[in-house]
Amino acid sequence: MRSGRSSAWGAAQLVASAALVSFLLLPVAALVLTLGWADFAGGLRNPLLLPALRLSLFTTGTSLALVVVLGSLLAWRVARHPGRVSRWMEAITQLPAVIPPAVAGVGLLLAFGRRGLLGSWLAAHGIAIAFTTPAVVMAEAFVSAPFFVQAAIAAFRRVDENLLVVARTLGASPFRAFLRVGLPLAAPGLVAGAAMSWARSLGEFGATLLFAGNLTGRTQTLPLAVYTAMESDLRAAQALSLVMVAVAFALLFVLRRMAPGAALPGPGVRGA
Amino acid sequence: MLEARIAARVGPLELRIDLSLDGETVLVAGPNGSGKSTLLRLLLGVLRPEAGRIALDGAVLFDAETGIDVPVEERELAYVPQDYALFPHMDVLGNATFGLAPLDRRERVRRATAWLERLGAGDLVHRSPSALSGGERQRVALARALARTPRALLLDEPFASLDPIARRQLRASLTGWLREWRLPALIVSHDPADAMLADRIAVLERGRVVQQGTLEELRRAPGSDFVAGLIEAAPVPAGAD
Repeated sequence: MRSGRSSAWGAAQLVASAALVSFLLLPVAALVLTLGWADFAGGLRNPLLLPALRLSLFTTGTSLALVVVLGSLLAWRVARHPGRVSRWMEAITQLPAVIPPAVAGVGLLLAFGRRGLLGSWLAAHGIAIAFTTPAVVMAEAFVSAPFFVQAAIAAFRRVDENLLVVARTLGASPFRAFLRVGLPLAAPGLVAGAAMSWARSLGEFGATLLFAGNLTGRTQTLPLAVYTAMESDLRAAQALSLVMVAVAFALLFVLRRMAPGAALPGPGVRGA
Repeated sequence: MLEARIAARVGPLELRIDLSLDGETVLVAGPNGSGKSTLLRLLLGVLRPEAGRIALDGAVLFDAETGIDVPVEERELAYVPQDYALFPHMDVLGNATFGLAPLDRRERVRRATAWLERLGAGDLVHRSPSALSGGERQRVALARALARTPRALLLDEPFASLDPIARRQLRASLTGWLREWRLPALIVSHDPADAMLADRIAVLERGRVVQQGTLEELRRAPGSDFVAGLIEAAPVPAGAD
């Protein structure tokens, strides 16, 4: 009786795993398998590709830098000073993760657009953000920040407080204790968070389209270029998509080499 | 000389401490939850007392009335916690030189190595903390703390993480070192056997120092059941009846 139940339980796990893995793998496999080499080479010559790739690397790099610097300080504060304010800050930084990207785009427009809450004041001082490259950076930072902040808070919470106290008694200022002890010990978690955050911002579409538009060379990132190419040439869209996948894999590979202990997506990685 | 006359409320515990040590080793003994580790954190400046004053060699570290509150890193107090808190991402030399940041690298290494050798850990410099035994960790933690030439030493349950043999050996070594250095040392412990380390014992119960004196003074007139139990379990010093 017991062995019958356990074998059924084992079979259920296998069937569920096979179904989910197939479902997740099939679209990626289809991207590769349904494109001939000549079509791929042709897609690479598509005039949308290079400006979009350059813009995506620049904007995601900039938004990641912003998120990592600001997010690390916020996460340290939240992790080391628990209390009501910290709980609120943590909750607020998680909000964008549950807001649909298109809604985020509308929100960004209503806040920073020419007639927005802050945007109207900025416009009066000659600063226009919406439909510019900085708007792309802001949209990407908005949707990707929760991924880094959550990972950073968890990583900083795992740092033993005694190590920080001892560092202080050894003459380290709070900043030096953070830099020499807190940061290195949390590094694997921070790198994992940065990778997830970067991947999210590379794939960002809805908020960028609404807040920054789709202007070649200025606001057209790789996902928007894929969308634009889809309207005229599916093969070109497919080639662009493969470039995006390749860029994402290359960056994950580099990060895994940089921080072997980080819980990054990929085979053989154990969660921290 | 380290003097503390402070009051603090930490969670459910209300502490009122009046304690001083002058080139001597004082053992703060008390049952779990009596406030021993909290006292260390108050002295270190990690926690802030509500009232009172802490002074070290005449310099005020904390004074509730004048608002003086010297930051942890400027108090010149060495601290070795129960788990020794060696930095796991640095080797032994990295740990031992950590507190010598203002010095140039050669001087940092020279001074740290000298302390490691003095404490019998000179051959461990390139080892990772994870590869050390409990006794080795304690020696490295002590060398790291003392390399800065602190004005007082605070130890939290220094032998609790060791096996009985290492505990006996290190207790004997530490007794000798403390006599040699004449550095004011405050040792928090719940182990009666640590009484042999101290010139004086202060018994802490429910946040108050209920009795203090030499082991012999406490033996003659134990002020509470805890003190009586402590004395009964403490080793008889050589030469005593």
